[in-house]
Amino acid sequence: MITIALIFSAITITPILAGFLSSRREKEAGPFISNHVFGLTFSLILVVVTILISLRFGSLQITWGTAWNAIFDYDPTNQGQIVVRELRLPRTFLGLAAGSCLAVAGALTQGITRNPLGAPGILGVNAGAAFAIVTAIYAADIVTPEGYVWFAFFGAAGASILVYSIAQFGNGGATPVKLVLAGVVVTALLGGWTTSLLILDLETLDEARFWLAGSIASRGTDEIALLFPIIIIGLLLGVALGKQINILSLGEDIAKALGQRIALIRIVAGIVIILLCGSAVAIAGPVAFVGLAIPHMVRSLVGPDYRWIIIYSLFLGPCLLLGADVIGRLVVRPTELQVGIVTAAAGAPFLIYLVRFTKLSDV
Amino acid sequence: MQTNPNHTTTFTGQDLHLSYGGPMIVEGLTVTIPTQEITAIIGPNGCGKTTLLKALARILIPAQGKVEVNDINIHSQPTKEIARQLGLLPQNPRSPDAITVSDLIRRGRYPHQSIFRQWSSDDETSVDMALSLTGLTNFSERLIDELSGGQRQRVWIAMLLAQETPIMLLDEPTTHLDIAHQIEVLDLLKELAEKNNRTIVMVLHDLNLAVRYADNLVAMRDGKIKTAGKPNNVVTAQMIHEVFSIQAQILQDPVTGSPLCIPMMKST
Amino acid sequence: MHYLAITTPTLQRSLTVLVGIFLTIFLIRLADHIQPRQYTFRWQNISSRIQLRVVWLSLGATIVIIVLTGIGLIVGDYPIPASEAIATALWERNGEYDFIINSLRFPRIVVAILAGMCFASSGLIFQSLINNPLVSPDIIGINSGAAVLAVAILAAGGSTEHLPWAAFLGALLTAALIYLLSWKKGISATRLVLVGIGINSVLGAIITFITIKYPIERVVAAARWQAGTLFGASWDDARTLAIGLLILLPSAFFLTTRLKILQLGDETAITIGSKIERDRLALLAVASLLAALAVSVVGPLGFVALIVPQAARLLVGSITGGVLIFTALLGGFFLLGADLIAQRLFAPVMLPAGVITATFGGPYFLYLLARYNRAN
Repeated sequence: MITIALIFSAITITPILAGFLSSRREKEAGPFISNHVFGLTFSLILVVVTILISLRFGSLQITWGTAWNAIFDYDPTNQGQIVVRELRLPRTFLGLAAGSCLAVAGALTQGITRNPLGAPGILGVNAGAAFAIVTAIYAADIVTPEGYVWFAFFGAAGASILVYSIAQFGNGGATPVKLVLAGVVVTALLGGWTTSLLILDLETLDEARFWLAGSIASRGTDEIALLFPIIIIGLLLGVALGKQINILSLGEDIAKALGQRIALIRIVAGIVIILLCGSAVAIAGPVAFVGLAIPHMVRSLVGPDYRWIIIYSLFLGPCLLLGADVIGRLVVRPTELQVGIVTAAAGAPFLIYLVRFTKLSDV
Repeated sequence: MQTNPNHTTTFTGQDLHLSYGGPMIVEGLTVTIPTQEITAIIGPNGCGKTTLLKALARILIPAQGKVEVNDINIHSQPTKEIARQLGLLPQNPRSPDAITVSDLIRRGRYPHQSIFRQWSSDDETSVDMALSLTGLTNFSERLIDELSGGQRQRVWIAMLLAQETPIMLLDEPTTHLDIAHQIEVLDLLKELAEKNNRTIVMVLHDLNLAVRYADNLVAMRDGKIKTAGKPNNVVTAQMIHEVFSIQAQILQDPVTGSPLCIPMMKST
Repeated sequence: MHYLAITTPTLQRSLTVLVGIFLTIFLIRLADHIQPRQYTFRWQNISSRIQLRVVWLSLGATIVIIVLTGIGLIVGDYPIPASEAIATALWERNGEYDFIINSLRFPRIVVAILAGMCFASSGLIFQSLINNPLVSPDIIGINSGAAVLAVAILAAGGSTEHLPWAAFLGALLTAALIYLLSWKKGISATRLVLVGIGINSVLGAIITFITIKYPIERVVAAARWQAGTLFGASWDDARTLAIGLLILLPSAFFLTTRLKILQLGDETAITIGSKIERDRLALLAVASLLAALAVSVVGPLGFVALIVPQAARLLVGSITGGVLIFTALLGGFFLLGADLIAQRLFAPVMLPAGVITATFGGPYFLYLLARYNRAN
């Protein structure tokens, strides 16, 4: 119980505390963390701790010793160790991957839509993946997690490309406003079609509803391993884009005056977001909120420099995701609460804090 | 223009303490606005001129002190009634999307309307008058989004005119206007004060225009009134230095005879 | 073994829908040609300003609704000759088609019209107040609030009798919660939207959780309700909607002047004599009640509240009392049309109307966007 309380408070109170402390400081004092060696080391430690927690806690009670041995001194007959190695270890890796992808993609989305409410879901990723999966289940009877992976990935990619193309129409290219509007339309459209398929067929609904909740348990790790190169490339590119996003977020006129090729940067950022989100949703299904919350939390700690926002998001995203996953494992023992549900539930306190204690620009 | 039956007898702010929820911007300020004249409030950025105007306009509730029109506290009167006495043109007003010029001006008639009197002949006359005084009669069916910044400013001024209040408060009414329209607007305000007995208070950033058109000048700095009175008496090189922190020479304006302020540059 | 159970729509039906779409576009173009003209009505101390164009368009919308009603009565799975259909609906009480017409088709048509009117007028008020084309009652959690209670009841196997009340209650409680949480010396649009998103997220999580926890047979019923459908609409539903509209629509009508003043920005509104928080609260309350009413009867049919006000604005300009009426009528037309298409297009399979509103609403919204972009 204590662990649950600790982790849950960590998830909801950290951003509140961080924002509170930052706002209390004098404006001239700058971002909370300016020594990045210290900051990054601390984040790394946080990640390692999260990994350990993820290995140790779950519906099956094991001890620290068992967890340790499972990795370094494997005994195939020990049930606890089997659980750790066969189930929790892959799950933890998936959580790391999905968490980083979502957080970095979220930071990039906020950068190019210049909207504090930017989350990858705005661009239609989740709706596209859901539609592809539901269609696959309905028409082609695909029910294994391995089967889902590629459908989800290409569904997400397809929807985002559609959103981008729609937003390109007319003058100005894919401006923030048009991107958001196009995203709304595509999401609603695909959502409508997905719903009709779900209603028409009981078995499809039965299958799909678990995927749609967002989870990193039993996810066909072998298939997903094929996504890892894509994830690595996406993350590296995302980090490299930091400087460009800084310029882009100053506004179009200024960016152009500084010589930035806006259309090109938007397209590259878009591709990276698609790669990262596509992978994340292929791994974990539609998980809300990580992409929205982490960049904000990070921003209140390190300031508005996107180079650092993206890097810290990369580290802290997994902490949030895995933390939520562990909570999901513990609160309704022996069954589990999917991580998508836990993160969505944490959305309210966070956003309400944003609203009451900070000054956000207009949506 | 119709003469207003409601003459203002007094317009004062007494012992005003004003803030936006944080530190006090204005403390213990008392001001008497002469009625049926033009008063200009001048001062450097951040001196509290807009804050004072907002308090006079009823938008900012004083933490302490009161604003009175005709010796009645403005916050104790019913809102529509006070709206028939006091009108404001705010800085950077926001217009809703896709409405026409005449639509916006018509909304200024709200304090004179009720559920049954939605569009009386008085309303129509006021709006037509407002349109012609600001030179916008030919623009009446154009969409506001299509107008230039200066034209839009004139539409807002017309809306204030349609409200037909004896007291008019304007926050930087000459922003975005080219010189011809600046003079036009200020001439109009002067005529309203003289011929229609209106009381006009405006915040102006252009010192020389303020001096030319104001009957009464209020100079502020750091939330306090440094000096107030007729421009001829009040505008001196020393006052300019105290209020604006610049060196200036004061000449006599060859056109109007009022003081003309010539700022000194660093190199002279 | 799955196979595509949806048969492709027949050529005839597809053609009918296409013709309908072209007809609508043609009528819209025609409407563009009606010149805006004002007429002032004065009698003693009472005066009012009426825009003739809005009057003509409203009349047109009413006629179209009547025509669609006729079509809806006549066309259906069970063929009924036209004259009989109309007669049974209007005066004959004991004809052989009484059940089909008067218990199935007619009430469904009426509910579609009334619900569409509720959604559209609610959406118009929200969009005018918050000045953001993306805003609809969904934002402040009306839909998810209603859904949470409805889904909970359906999944737990409760009776559908209490469903409308539960949904209504859920919608209103959520709206009230969101208002309270975003109140900070007044309500600002941004705060409202943000809190709305947060609460929607939590409610969505609860709904997902329910969807997973309960056995699939019950979950299906919940999923169907969530899609928004007019299936099983009864005269009781129609009565509820009618009473609600009779109270709320006139209230909204009289509040439009205050809405216009609020649109000028808080500072100007205060100086013009508006009591901004009181007016804003009244408008939000009326708009929320309208949406909650509609959702409790037909489920969370998104998109009508989003699209129809935009379409109306392109046709008649910004909000006035008359525009409100027209928007409501347009909403009734839109939902009725969508429901008729949903029933007939893939017959004998009946799609929920929500799917059609999304499918056609989406591209139509994009068309509106394109027009808007080109004009700028």
